[in-house]
Amino acid sequence: MEILMAFLIGILFMTATYLMLSKSLLRIIIGTGLLSHGAHLLLLTMGGLKRGAAPLLGEHAPSYADPLPQALILTAIVISFGVTAFFLVVAYRAYQELGTDNMDHLRGKEGHE
Amino acid sequence: MKTNDVILQTVTKFVLFVIILFSIHLFFAGHYYPGGGFIGGLMTSGAIVLLLLAFDIKTVKMILPFDYIKVVAVGLLIAIGTGAGALFFNMPFLTHAYTYAYLPLLGKTSLHTAVLFDTGVFLVVIGVTMTIIQTIGESE
Amino acid sequence: MSLLHLAVLSPLLLAILIPFLHKYFKNIHTGWFLLPLPAVLFAYFLQFISTTSHGGTVMETVAWISSLGINFTLKVDGLGLLFALLITGIGALVVLYSIYYLNPDKEKLNTFYVYLLLFMGAMLGVVLSDNLIVLYTFWELTSFSSFLLIGYWNHRERSRYGAQKSMLITVFGGLSMLGGILMLYIITGTFSISETIQMSNEVVNHPLFTATLILFLLGAFTKSAQFPFHIWLPDAMEAPTPVSAYLHSATMVKAGIYLVARMTPVFAHSGTWVWLVAGVGVLTLFWGSFSAVKQTDLKAILAFSTVSQLGMIMSLLGAGAAALHYGTIEDGYYIVAVTAAVFHLINHATFKGSLFMVTGIIDHETGTRDIRKLGGLMNFMPITFTLAIIGTFSMAGIPPFNGFLSKEMFFTGMLRVAEMDFFNMDTWGILFPIIAWSASVFTFLYSMMYVFKTFTGKYQPEKLEKKPHEAPIGMLISPVILASLVIIFGIFPNVLSHNIISPAMGSILPSLLENGEGFDVHISHWHGPTAELFMTIGVIAFGLLLYKFMPKWAGIYSKLPSRMSFNRFYDRGLELLELTSKNITKSYMTGFIRTYLVYIFSFFILALASTLIFKNAFQLDLSDVAPIRFFEVVLVLIMAVSAITILFAKSRLTSIILLGAVGYTVALFFVLFRAPDLALTQLVIETVSVALFLLAFYHLPQIRRNEERIRFRATNALISIAVGAIVTMIALSAHSNKTFGSISEYYVENTYKKAGGENMVNVILVDFRGFDTMFEIAVLGIAALGIFAMIKLRLTRGRELDENK
Repeated sequence: MEILMAFLIGILFMTATYLMLSKSLLRIIIGTGLLSHGAHLLLLTMGGLKRGAAPLLGEHAPSYADPLPQALILTAIVISFGVTAFFLVVAYRAYQELGTDNMDHLRGKEGHE
Repeated sequence: MKTNDVILQTVTKFVLFVIILFSIHLFFAGHYYPGGGFIGGLMTSGAIVLLLLAFDIKTVKMILPFDYIKVVAVGLLIAIGTGAGALFFNMPFLTHAYTYAYLPLLGKTSLHTAVLFDTGVFLVVIGVTMTIIQTIGESE
Repeated sequence: MSLLHLAVLSPLLLAILIPFLHKYFKNIHTGWFLLPLPAVLFAYFLQFISTTSHGGTVMETVAWISSLGINFTLKVDGLGLLFALLITGIGALVVLYSIYYLNPDKEKLNTFYVYLLLFMGAMLGVVLSDNLIVLYTFWELTSFSSFLLIGYWNHRERSRYGAQKSMLITVFGGLSMLGGILMLYIITGTFSISETIQMSNEVVNHPLFTATLILFLLGAFTKSAQFPFHIWLPDAMEAPTPVSAYLHSATMVKAGIYLVARMTPVFAHSGTWVWLVAGVGVLTLFWGSFSAVKQTDLKAILAFSTVSQLGMIMSLLGAGAAALHYGTIEDGYYIVAVTAAVFHLINHATFKGSLFMVTGIIDHETGTRDIRKLGGLMNFMPITFTLAIIGTFSMAGIPPFNGFLSKEMFFTGMLRVAEMDFFNMDTWGILFPIIAWSASVFTFLYSMMYVFKTFTGKYQPEKLEKKPHEAPIGMLISPVILASLVIIFGIFPNVLSHNIISPAMGSILPSLLENGEGFDVHISHWHGPTAELFMTIGVIAFGLLLYKFMPKWAGIYSKLPSRMSFNRFYDRGLELLELTSKNITKSYMTGFIRTYLVYIFSFFILALASTLIFKNAFQLDLSDVAPIRFFEVVLVLIMAVSAITILFAKSRLTSIILLGAVGYTVALFFVLFRAPDLALTQLVIETVSVALFLLAFYHLPQIRRNEERIRFRATNALISIAVGAIVTMIALSAHSNKTFGSISEYYVENTYKKAGGENMVNVILVDFRGFDTMFEIAVLGIAALGIFAMIKLRLTRGRELDENK
């Protein structure tokens, strides 16, 4: 399963990178979303999969799945939601003000260093 | 945009309370079962989002007249205040304490300062989600 | 916190109050609030003489960063005290002078005096601290305050230029010195100067010695405007004249001298030190006096004169350090050079201070400082004229003023350098007295120019802006006091020798003294018909000759190639530096986000791939894997297909829905992998996210992909595939390489014991790693505020355009 997940994560990172390199703002945002999904799965896979019960002591299991990556991912999920929302608003305000979402046109003006 | 969404509205009225009750359960169960501030907060916001979808922003604002930015602030204050509370007992910042008490009706109950901290998280998550949704939804 | 610490910090503390005093007492010149402080400090430091004159020191320590050996240690010894007295004494006189010099209606007095106090405190810190890091901190503070004061009239282009120049050069030196300090720390293991001095043998024999020495000297030479770093000092004359008198002649530029004197016991056992300090000093002496002659601005003459005099003191310190070669006071044939250095340090502060103030008076009363416009002022300003005579004659080394005495001793010191039979001095040493003598001729020459071209000759009223008259009494008090000191020290030099000069020398050459011993300094006027006397007579005779025939030979100055000057080198260098760095930055900061992302991803690929290869980290271990079930394969496929389909999606809606599909599948994976909290969170988040995307939907543009060219897409594809491959390899290696056990056991064991909970994930979040969570919600709050601000607070079109102009 870990091997399979490794390849799936690779695909997620690949598509995310490709989207982020494109010129459309919306695609860049979708790319960041995919990137965070990939990162979350990577963290979880690194900790080992399906080893023991869910990390609840109430299960009274002999072993539990690693709780630490889960805690980290939980934080990451919420943060990436905040970041995605922020990106989205940046994108749509930029589009509204400047009338384009093409990254080529969204450069700083000359003499504006 | 006037469409016929009587079914959605009726269902929402009913489901809303179930979701909110469930989210409160999730929030309080967090220390023992899956749940906690993040999930509880998100679930509550999810319920409000459903309300938004069924009705419109103005109606929801009338039902829930909160300034969500202030909810964020209050949540942050609670979280930091709980952490700072430990300082008064000469403990490092964010040290939590808990005890067990026998309350009427509930029987043996554990009381955690961590729940207070989680309340802060809960409020911040609701506040943030709703601020984002509401401001984007309002801007036309 | 001792009284001594308070004394050093008091100028900085008063600086805080100055703006308020300035605001609430508009009618009183702010300088009056300042004046008592340096005066009181001067009196306070005077009482240390009783301790230091017997070789004693006072040391006070306040712990600062003790773990790194950095403590705010102050030490008053002979050398430090001499400088502290100069700083406070001249400081008081300069403040008094400035009260009459600066017009309260026209100038921003509050900032001026805040900077001045900043400088005063910083300078006291430099000369009294015994910790090298503290010394460095104050050292840079003097550079900053000097920068602010030079640029005080910041509406003038020349002021800004001068300020920047002094800042760049002195801070360059300061940073070099910091390097030296750190190297010294590597050698000795301490930042304390007193302890470093004890270890000077180890320092001299260490392989880093030469580098340390050069770095320290760079600091000293830039600060004291030594050749070829002297170019900042003439431009620093754009500062108000009180500042020039105080910082750029009497005190700050002497910080380099102080550093050399202070570090002499550490470094001076080597020939390198003697050669460098004496050599650069004598070169500066000559170049400064030679350049001073061609100046037409009175202040520029004084600036180059200061450069030259600083070189003279520097060369004396270098020559005197040779005394350490022997090691006992009996053989101290060369000690006279150090005596001369200390004595001339005091003399220079007195006569140069008064001359600067005289220049300020001339400028103030006539409106110009150009000697071509001035002349015949003697009749209008008799007192100023007298002051100028005293100052310049002392500078030129004419008896009975104090400059004569130190100039004689200077010649003695230089003649003895020629006699040295070590450090290879026997070959080139003879150059020292020759250069010193010719420099003295030029010194004599520009001194005469200063006084006679201004005060005698033809009066040219048509070239002056104002009708000249004598200065107000307040402006004359300070230069009169300094000029009287010139005479007093000239006639009774020995009032200083026991109390001030001898203890200062004790700090410079401590190894020559037994416990409780002191240098027996006696300065006399008449040594009989010695070589020094003939040299002085020669200077005067030859100087007069040159003065008389000046128009005949002054042409050589125009022969000097201006293209080769150091100023030009500095200007061109700065221009080139700015241009090159701008071009380099422009070449990679293109303004396209994509370019930056390409940098990031390329670095990511390179760094991780090379780590994987060189560390031999890539391994594949298939023995310990979780079983795969059929529907898991289906989930993987769904996810992979939806992710790839996004790449080809033509509409926004499809992309968003596909992103949602990936998200929900992730939630299902969380369920499979025993992470109920994650699954719940992911489900709700995904729902809210999709709602969010749909809300923002109306505001977002359609996806247009046809603009992207094939080559553009190919590069992107290549980078993406590389990133995907690397991440896969990392995931595989992370699974196969378990070099140490997980730290999670701690959480499994303690979740109930210590936190009284059962859900480990939640307990980690709110309890064990509560700090993370706290900052996380803070970040969320900030994101929400940012979104709120971006949407609610819109700039109107017109205002936005205004800002973009």
